Amino acid sequence: MIAEIGLAALWLAAALAVLQMVSGAFALRSAEGEANPLAIYARPAAVMQALLAGLAFTMLVWAFAVTDLSVKLVAANSHSMKPMIYKLTGTWGNHEGSMLLWVGVLALSGGLIALFERRLPERTMSAALAVQGFVALGFYAFLLLSSNPFERLPVPAIEGSGLNPLLQDIGLAFHPPTLYAGYVGLSVAFSLAMGALLTREVNPTFARVMRPWVLGAWVLLTFGITAGSYWAYYELGWGGWWFWDPVENASLMPWLAATALLHSVAVLAARDALRTWTIMLGVLAFSMSMLGTFLVRSGVLTSVHAFAVDPERGAFILGLLALNIGGAFTIFALRAGAVAEGKRFSFSSREGALVFNNVMLSAILAIVLLGTLYPLLTEAFDVRVSVGPPYFNPASAMFAIPMFLVMAVGPLLRWKEDSPRRIRFEVLLLAAILIGVIGLVSFFGQFALLPLLGLGLAAALGVAAFLPLRGRKLTRVPVATWGMVMAHFGIAVSLFGMASEGAFTQERLAAVAPGGSDQVGEFTFTLQSVNPVAGPNWTAIEARIAVSRDGGTPVILTPQARNFWSPAQSTSESALLTRWDGQLYAVIGNQAADGRWQIRMWWKPFVTFIWYGGLLIALGGVLAIIGRVRVDMKRRKAVSLGDERRADLEALGTAPVPAE
Amino acid sequence: MIRVLLTFLAALIALPLSAQDTMPPAPYAYNQLDDPALEAQATALMHTLRCLKCQSQSIADSDAPMAGDMRHQVRSRILAGESPEEIRAWLVARYGDYVSYTPTVSSSTWPLFAIPALLILIVAAVLLRRLGRRRVDAGDAS
Amino acid sequence: MRSRLFLWLPLALFAFFAGLAGYMLTQDKTEFVESAMIGQSLPDFALKPAFDGLPGAARSDLVGGQPRLLNIWASWCLPCIAEAPQLEALQAQGVEIVGIAIRDRPEDVANFLARHGNPYTRIGADDISEVQLAIGSSGVPETFVIDAAGVIRYQHIGDIRESDIPILLAELEKAR
Repeated sequence: MIAEIGLAALWLAAALAVLQMVSGAFALRSAEGEANPLAIYARPAAVMQALLAGLAFTMLVWAFAVTDLSVKLVAANSHSMKPMIYKLTGTWGNHEGSMLLWVGVLALSGGLIALFERRLPERTMSAALAVQGFVALGFYAFLLLSSNPFERLPVPAIEGSGLNPLLQDIGLAFHPPTLYAGYVGLSVAFSLAMGALLTREVNPTFARVMRPWVLGAWVLLTFGITAGSYWAYYELGWGGWWFWDPVENASLMPWLAATALLHSVAVLAARDALRTWTIMLGVLAFSMSMLGTFLVRSGVLTSVHAFAVDPERGAFILGLLALNIGGAFTIFALRAGAVAEGKRFSFSSREGALVFNNVMLSAILAIVLLGTLYPLLTEAFDVRVSVGPPYFNPASAMFAIPMFLVMAVGPLLRWKEDSPRRIRFEVLLLAAILIGVIGLVSFFGQFALLPLLGLGLAAALGVAAFLPLRGRKLTRVPVATWGMVMAHFGIAVSLFGMASEGAFTQERLAAVAPGGSDQVGEFTFTLQSVNPVAGPNWTAIEARIAVSRDGGTPVILTPQARNFWSPAQSTSESALLTRWDGQLYAVIGNQAADGRWQIRMWWKPFVTFIWYGGLLIALGGVLAIIGRVRVDMKRRKAVSLGDERRADLEALGTAPVPAE
Repeated sequence: MIRVLLTFLAALIALPLSAQDTMPPAPYAYNQLDDPALEAQATALMHTLRCLKCQSQSIADSDAPMAGDMRHQVRSRILAGESPEEIRAWLVARYGDYVSYTPTVSSSTWPLFAIPALLILIVAAVLLRRLGRRRVDAGDAS
Repeated sequence: MRSRLFLWLPLALFAFFAGLAGYMLTQDKTEFVESAMIGQSLPDFALKPAFDGLPGAARSDLVGGQPRLLNIWASWCLPCIAEAPQLEALQAQGVEIVGIAIRDRPEDVANFLARHGNPYTRIGADDISEVQLAIGSSGVPETFVIDAAGVIRYQHIGDIRESDIPILLAELEKAR
């Protein structure tokens, strides 16, 4: 029954998406001020659709929770012996389930704007809901026609085939849901941008409406990428935290576009400038999400994170891409010319700095896109090439470094027009920090150029982040400004972690006999013993390694090499020792013929700052949302209070008198 | 006691699962060179060579036996006095550009370098167009 | 009003991508990495015997006389079992096959040959994939055609199916 309820909910939701689309479209066709009888269904349809998609997803989670082996998806991806948490998270550890999660979030986002967004003109809103319905309908069709998660087996399986052991980790509980919520949350920006474009309502009110949605999606995306990076770092067993793999790039590209978008939306909201550009980014951000989905699921590119791939599904998603992205770009080309450019401003102004950073972010996005898709292009000519970190790092740094420099001083500038001379002191201070740190670090050792620049920039940005607070009463600083300070400081922290990991990591690969010792950095490690251990669906050998820093009290680390039996696969579970100034990363390998064990150890100074920085950036986004929404609520309350008072006074028939 | 036995048993059963070889890895697959400077050269190179048996991983990030054998090649060749770029060229001569994550300018990769250069021009043009003519615009606005 | 042609640029770029991606979806995705050594001279090597029953293999064993097949395999490789009958068929047609066993133990090699037949004249033991890397082979099994001058003429990636036998025979004929 469970699967049938889920499937029925999904079909109903698809039908409601049609209603939402049609109703929204009719509202758009009706003239200004005139109400079309069909128009009233768009909002309720969106809300109901969210509930139904949520129900469908819950049903699938349920099927996984009880390991209903008559459902094909469960039988293919779950196992009755799996721990409960991985049964639940396994729901989205496969193509169909993750696609249902994607569609569920899409419906939820649509439902949320339908329910809560009342500030936009009704026509713009209807157009946005129509677009949201159109996009959702495409993905429902994909799910129902080519990736039905609720398909039954003719005969229930006796046992499931299990989940890829690499995914049997708590990381699966955090990373995909937040990342997907971020990807698909951007659909709201997409729909709103299309709605505004169709109704020619690109103005500061629209920007203020769009901003919290963009921020929300961006926060989730930031958190999802951060969680994913840390997960890959400890799970893959070699201490890498970013590989420039196509699928990782697929998550980075929407983030870059969304980052640019939330800055350009700020310009539009505050200064009524950058209208076309903001619309373009709104379309681009979600387009990048959809492109990522295509790359992950079609198998056109080789990736370590890819799903079981299928060209037929790839063709379906490509069709959706052509409809959604192609359609959006066509409307953009036709309509954007009619949107007035908006207000002008000078180079040395807040907008000037934001435009600069927008252009740089877009350039980095272009580089990542080029490097990711280039192998696809050469393969069309039967030439296989690899584009990796040695390309991406310098090519993106070329644009990232000027961006960071401008980011340091941008928030200090005033809107519209400012004199660079006014912030001379700050500029000199930051330049001194930058050059000082680079000089100091290169005095102590030889390091590669990029980590060196990274350290200098991180120090300068760390200070620069707090400069906007200088000379202000801290209790009176708006919450949104704190958000910006926090997010910019997070960039500095993260950059510091990356540069430090790149410059100072120490590696030790050694064959150690039980009882033997070796060293990495300031740490001495002793292999005490190696023992077999067993978990619910795996067996492992576990090393007990005593680690002491500079002869201090030893701490025991227990890395494992696990063998899962369904599916048969082995993983290495690294053991981490976290200190404030870095992490010790230990992995146990094979046993050599002479009885010694292969041990891999890394001391990675300040590597944790990469993810602390990511969390700070996300927290900054949360603060910005709180700040914006609070200001907005206050404004609305003030307006409605004013209206009430005026109504009261009119009712009394007296002339308005000054309050109190 | 019974648990310990069970654990042992399970460990024994789990061993001969995969269709992998059981040979010990090559000497330098999991062991570093004694000279830190040479090891640093080798590590830097290994991070830019693609593991041919893996899905998009460098040989420095992979447990695949072949990645181990490639690491052995890199380290033993560095030890024998070859330069990292000679080793890369040796591998590219055998596997084509696919084995190297560092694209070099060639007939099949020139757009990777031409497009960023073009991008810099576009970026400069956009910035000049949007931000360069402030006096004229300021005049318009007022 | 200035020309708004550049507004069509995103659509044009997307159309290019969609066309490319659509084309690639129709192509068979090959996960194989082809050797760049075809047409090159076989690198020098000398490997010890993989087990007691047959001599080891060196470059000199593959040069001169008739073209030969150089088969990269291992006893732990499942597709190698599948291709064993085809190798025997080739041997029955008078083709000389030199084997290179990758990361293999002598007892495993002997067991494999006892169970699945022995089409080889010699088998070298490549414990660290040295020769495999030197000839640009990226997996097991792979089969190379080596001509009398010691030049690599053809590479077959993956297990040899029955339908591949005529192709390999033709390549051997071409290398003559």
